[in-house]
Amino acid sequence: MTAAPAAAPVRRPARTARAGAVASALVAALVLALTLAVSFGSVDIPVHEVWTVVAHRITGTAPEAGTRDLIVWQLRVPRALLAALVGAGLGLVGTAVQALVRNPLADPYLLGISSGASLGAVAVIVLGAGTGFAFGFGVSAAAFAGALGSFALVWAIARRGGGFAPMRLVLAGVAIGQFLSGFTSFLVLQAGDDQQTRGVLFWLMGSLGAATWDQLAAPAAAVALGWLALQARARHLNALLMGDETAAGLGVDTARLRRELFAVTSLLTGVLVAVSGAIGFVGLLVPHVCRLVVGGDHRRLLPLSALTGAVLLVAVDTVARNALDTQELPIGVVTAVVGAPVLLYLLDRRLERG
Amino acid sequence: MRITIEQVTVALGGRDVLSDVGLIAAEGEIAGLVGPNGSGKSTLLRTVYRHLRPRAGRVLLASRDVRSLAPAEAARHVAALPQERGSDFEFSVREVVAMGRTPYKRAFAGDDERDRAAVAEALEQVGLGAYADRRFAQLSGGERQRVLLARAFAQQPDVLVLDEPTNHLDVRHQVELLAVLRAQRRTTLISLHDLNAAASLCDRLHVLHRGALVASGTPREVLTPELLAEVFGVRAAVVEHPLTGDPLIAFDHRQPAPATRAEASTGGTAGETSTGGTAGEASAGERTVPV
Repeated sequence: MTAAPAAAPVRRPARTARAGAVASALVAALVLALTLAVSFGSVDIPVHEVWTVVAHRITGTAPEAGTRDLIVWQLRVPRALLAALVGAGLGLVGTAVQALVRNPLADPYLLGISSGASLGAVAVIVLGAGTGFAFGFGVSAAAFAGALGSFALVWAIARRGGGFAPMRLVLAGVAIGQFLSGFTSFLVLQAGDDQQTRGVLFWLMGSLGAATWDQLAAPAAAVALGWLALQARARHLNALLMGDETAAGLGVDTARLRRELFAVTSLLTGVLVAVSGAIGFVGLLVPHVCRLVVGGDHRRLLPLSALTGAVLLVAVDTVARNALDTQELPIGVVTAVVGAPVLLYLLDRRLERG
Repeated sequence: MRITIEQVTVALGGRDVLSDVGLIAAEGEIAGLVGPNGSGKSTLLRTVYRHLRPRAGRVLLASRDVRSLAPAEAARHVAALPQERGSDFEFSVREVVAMGRTPYKRAFAGDDERDRAAVAEALEQVGLGAYADRRFAQLSGGERQRVLLARAFAQQPDVLVLDEPTNHLDVRHQVELLAVLRAQRRTTLISLHDLNAAASLCDRLHVLHRGALVASGTPREVLTPELLAEVFGVRAAVVEHPLTGDPLIAFDHRQPAPATRAEASTGGTAGETSTGGTAGEASAGERTVPV
């Protein structure tokens, strides 16, 4: 940190009031994004019909059986909800990881967690005889095990010598991430047939294409529990950002807090990767942008990052489904194309501010 | 509340960086720690705010071992201002000061009237009442340090532990910060680089040298030309400050003190300072701290 520039300091309005307004706006945006996501597609369905179908289903009144009901309720609604859950989860994980490594531009990819989760999932898909694309419990469990294993490995390397240094953690994460990605690529080449290879590759780039109602339970539970676990520790996350000694002086058991964050992060990443593949930039950018708007206090930042991630991913998935007439784009391609310029802009901004 | 450090020994990386140090800060007393770089000042302070666990010895808060208290309870009694400056995570001044309320709050609990009052009062005490909505990272170094001190005040502690709070501040800001501490009259344990500042502020001084306590007493008793030559390796005269009457150390900036017997036998001070520095006052670059 260098000294502040001489420019007149900005007086901010009370952040709590602003956060309330932002939260309301985000909830409205989420409802709108979900509605449009269900409405747009190879067959466009008018918004009022979307809500008619949903209302019938929710109230249990006689549903209008038919293609409309099938498209809206069986195909698009679960996919839109999955997008919202994954986006919320990525926002939460990104926030937690940034506090964990005390770096406002970190995410599960940087620490090799996502690579571990991908390796676990791909291993089960490719090696698991005949399971094909069954995104069942096996893939989730393997992704979680992969996330936990890679994070533990990165942690052990970063902690050698008994200390904790955020930069060491990041470098270890990048190295292990590359190492594991190599194995994943090798496994993909071992896939039985071209179709399977294409399928795995598509999924590695991120896809919500396999969304069904049955699949929503695991990510919904993981996101809800993860959010509660993090929200309960919001003040401690704030303290951790000021430094380990400061946190210790404020009564935070930093070693224990790190272990807990480690577990929550691995669990969430594992479940998210299992249902959606590897989607980059959301976990990195969402908390960062939210911080610029409502400030760094995790009591506000966590829920707003979750909401923003949800809105963003629902919108991005809608684009991914509809951008090309001939095929769906992998969602990771869209987040990368949108995310990279935003990241560069933010880096620039940080440099200017010093 | 009185703080008693009982024969504390701290090992880092298998080496004792602090051995057998004992001292007392009485109720309402400002106790200063002085010593060259790497003498163990920060290490000793870290055992008081529970960042480091002593290998032997105890730190007593009144009559209770700080290690026997729950982390949050210890933090309600002892507030620390370490040398960390915090990174740019978009916190406002109010949010940074409100972190001082952490040990009082349960999970999910919001700020209540008492928290808001404590934060406002702490900001007033450091003279930054109008700064609550500013961005912490945009403040000057001196203002930031006062905000961090306000965070310690918001903790409403019985004991303040301050590690080189005036480091990197210009003289005016140093004087302001020390004036705030003087006005508070809380039990305070403070490490200071500036011996004249220490002589002016502290009721008692404790001198650390190579991880051991070598002198304790009032500034006038402790800060003798002999000790300054022996411990700090400088020639100095100690006179009376013409304005305040405090002891004033007039250093000879032309040449260091001739090498003493102790330094000759351990082969000089250069190696000692560089290895001790990693344990004691790591100030630049990546900090490596035990988890």
